[in-house]
Amino acid sequence: MKFRILAYLFFFVGIADLFIKIFYGNIFSDLTEDYYEIANPILVFTPVLFFSIGGIFLKESKVSLTLENFGTSRIKYYSPQFICLSVVVLIFLFFTFNAQMNMENRGIDFGFGFLTQEASFDMQFSLMDYDGQDPYWWAYVVALLNTLLVAVLGIIFCTIIGVIVGIARLSPNFLIRNSAAWYVEFFRNIPLLLQIFFWYYAALRALPLPQDASPLFGVTYLTIKGYYMPAFIWNNLNIFLYSILAAIIAIIFIRYYANKLRDNEGKQIPVFYISLIILFILPALTFLAGGVSLNFEIPVLKQLSATSFIYDGGIAVPPELIALTLALSLYTATFVAECVRAGIQGISKGQKEAAASLGLTPNQVLKLVIMPQALRIIIPPTTNQYLNLTKNSSLAAAIAYPDLVLVFAGTALMQTGRAIEIVSITMLTYLSISLAIAALMNWYNKLIEIKEK
Amino acid sequence: MSKFTFLKSDRSNIQLVLITGTFLITISILDVFLNSFFRLNLISFLPSKVSFLTPFIIGMIGLNLIRIEYSGNKFLDILNKNINTSNFNAALTLIIIFVIFKAIPPSLSWMILDANISGDTKEACTGTGACWTYIKVWFRRFMYGMYPNEQHWRINTAFLLVIGLGTFGLFATEKMKKFLALYYVVIYPIIAFLIIYYLISGGYFGLEWIETGAWGGLSLTFIVSFFCLIFCFPLGMILALGRRSNLPAVRYISIGYIEFWRGVPLITVLFMSSVMFPMFLPEDFFMDKLVRVIIAITLFEGAYCAEVIRGGLQSLPRGQYDAAKSLGMGYWKMHIFVILPQALKLVIPGICNTFLALVKDTPLIFVVGLAELAGMLALAKTNPKWLGFAMEGYIFAAIIFWIICYAMSKYSYNLEEKYKTDR
Repeated sequence: MKFRILAYLFFFVGIADLFIKIFYGNIFSDLTEDYYEIANPILVFTPVLFFSIGGIFLKESKVSLTLENFGTSRIKYYSPQFICLSVVVLIFLFFTFNAQMNMENRGIDFGFGFLTQEASFDMQFSLMDYDGQDPYWWAYVVALLNTLLVAVLGIIFCTIIGVIVGIARLSPNFLIRNSAAWYVEFFRNIPLLLQIFFWYYAALRALPLPQDASPLFGVTYLTIKGYYMPAFIWNNLNIFLYSILAAIIAIIFIRYYANKLRDNEGKQIPVFYISLIILFILPALTFLAGGVSLNFEIPVLKQLSATSFIYDGGIAVPPELIALTLALSLYTATFVAECVRAGIQGISKGQKEAAASLGLTPNQVLKLVIMPQALRIIIPPTTNQYLNLTKNSSLAAAIAYPDLVLVFAGTALMQTGRAIEIVSITMLTYLSISLAIAALMNWYNKLIEIKEK
Repeated sequence: MSKFTFLKSDRSNIQLVLITGTFLITISILDVFLNSFFRLNLISFLPSKVSFLTPFIIGMIGLNLIRIEYSGNKFLDILNKNINTSNFNAALTLIIIFVIFKAIPPSLSWMILDANISGDTKEACTGTGACWTYIKVWFRRFMYGMYPNEQHWRINTAFLLVIGLGTFGLFATEKMKKFLALYYVVIYPIIAFLIIYYLISGGYFGLEWIETGAWGGLSLTFIVSFFCLIFCFPLGMILALGRRSNLPAVRYISIGYIEFWRGVPLITVLFMSSVMFPMFLPEDFFMDKLVRVIIAITLFEGAYCAEVIRGGLQSLPRGQYDAAKSLGMGYWKMHIFVILPQALKLVIPGICNTFLALVKDTPLIFVVGLAELAGMLALAKTNPKWLGFAMEGYIFAAIIFWIICYAMSKYSYNLEEKYKTDR
């Protein structure tokens, strides 16, 4: 009880601290002289500290691991903890003191005021509108979106390749099994940075110039300056999106109903085909009735000067993005493939035989017996691989793809010289992405874990 | 019509289908083979779109014909079981064979037949294939970086000494085995550090002092990953013990440390070491860039190491702890004499994998300006005398790293197998 009260006290202090800092603390402007004078760099993060201490106390109050069940003398319980804590605090104080002295000597103020200043640098590629007049925080957001774009693309492709290769490694076909094994051994044992360099500097440089490129699938062009695709121009896009949303909700209901039907009456309905039909028909209806229409903007070759050509219109995917996505997905796919293989192999043969002896068809065996169990083994390590991919996407900086590290920890840092602020923002961003994905996956694991009756 | 036996193969018409099937498969593979190796087109009389698919269709018919269950022919049965179980498998088999046949001639001619290795300048590369002259000329740079040519023996000697000392454990007698752990965790790192410091860095005993900025190439990869491994192991051990401690403060400090480093990418850690870390040090305190990088990677890998060791600690049965406690052992005695010797044996494969990841991560130090193998490649690529050989360089580096990492992963797999039977 004591612990719980303490925990809520810390949460309250944390919230109050955050509130004061945001509204009265001037941490987002440069006038920081009268506030947090000596230990400024560390005091900015005190709300985080308060929240984590509160969280620890809240957790400890549930475990109630105290002196009573530690079973030894008071001094043996408290002195090591005190020494550890004081060493950590001393190290932090030492660093903070040095940082403060160094910054004073160089005439730098600590603070996040620079975030609202004009960034005045350009980005080659961005998902949102961005130009040099936008402030640094907008550059940060745009760069973060670029990072997330690479991560999401990489995760999608590495899952597709990884599942195919993982299943291929268990194929009865000798050639397929061995090619899959060689694929895994080959791509897993070469450093990712080299792979990215290889695709960017060697493989993609061998592509034709824009004026020599021949169309791929009729309307897309793969050139040395990137991949040019037709852009979609929608009319009434929102109606189309609503229809997809409605289709997804309908599918969830149908699945729920089908599960209930299966549990109560033992009837099976072809859920997959029904969902597929709904997913196609509902959006298709909007084309006929909802006034939705779709046009394509096809890239056209344009001459800039005597020897320089580009494609105008459509979507241009820069070669950096192609190289990065290729390398990340091919590299991570090897690990995903191993996870998938381990998951499927982890299901004992008896399960398959028992299911078959109950009269289930091979498809049903895979869908109802093998996969639900295999997924429990596959998902946790695969999540780790997704996390690794997200973190590895920071290698983009090496080939000048404008991601968070290159734009923010590179260009912005060079311009402003605020090393501590910028590096800590970058690290905290990655840390929060990792922790968020980890928390999400823990929740999902809890959801699908075996509930023993 | 139920006796339509021509396409339905079984044991009764085995002779006929076997001959026809083998003939068709041979034709299809021979066609692709001749087409890719000798640029001969057997079926050029057909229209181009048909002739593109013809070998595939002929091969499919052939494989379909020879798919006979329990044919009585041992070789045929093995073949069918392994590459020809169904139409889908047969199609994949054919596609793989065709792709291999199509891929071999261009890569072979690029890498070997049309390649050049003679000469010392770019002009020697006249062929259409790879220019291995580039690798030959730059080889020493790729291996030793900007280290002066006449001093390379120092790096070689240092590595030989360190490796030699590392194999000490293999020759240790039974009496010495007790001290092996002490040797590898404490004494060996110190000796290795002294060897590398005095021999490679120099400045003493009449050896010329060579600043770390000149170190580079593959030897730098080894130096960095070696030091990071020997330093991150004790750190990981302490953190793993801390994370399993009963003392809340110690536990949460360890958890916070581990989760923090595991949540950030190595590249930001390197950025931190190069731009943020100097701010945290006293003003007149200078620390070499290489040392900063090694510290950063050690702190980073220590967290991963800790998780591996924690896995080993957790896999020990609770009875071991209880037994040690019931003998009256304290915390440190229990861990040093009972828990750690067993746990560390279990985590050797895991540590190997961590080391593998470490070696694969070291090219990243290129982003803070240390010219490791990837960095040297980037330098060589932009050299005006040697423009346009990026492909050769990266393939060379990929082959080297692949050999190192593959050997290590096989070794760690063997260790895993070895210790699996042990328990």
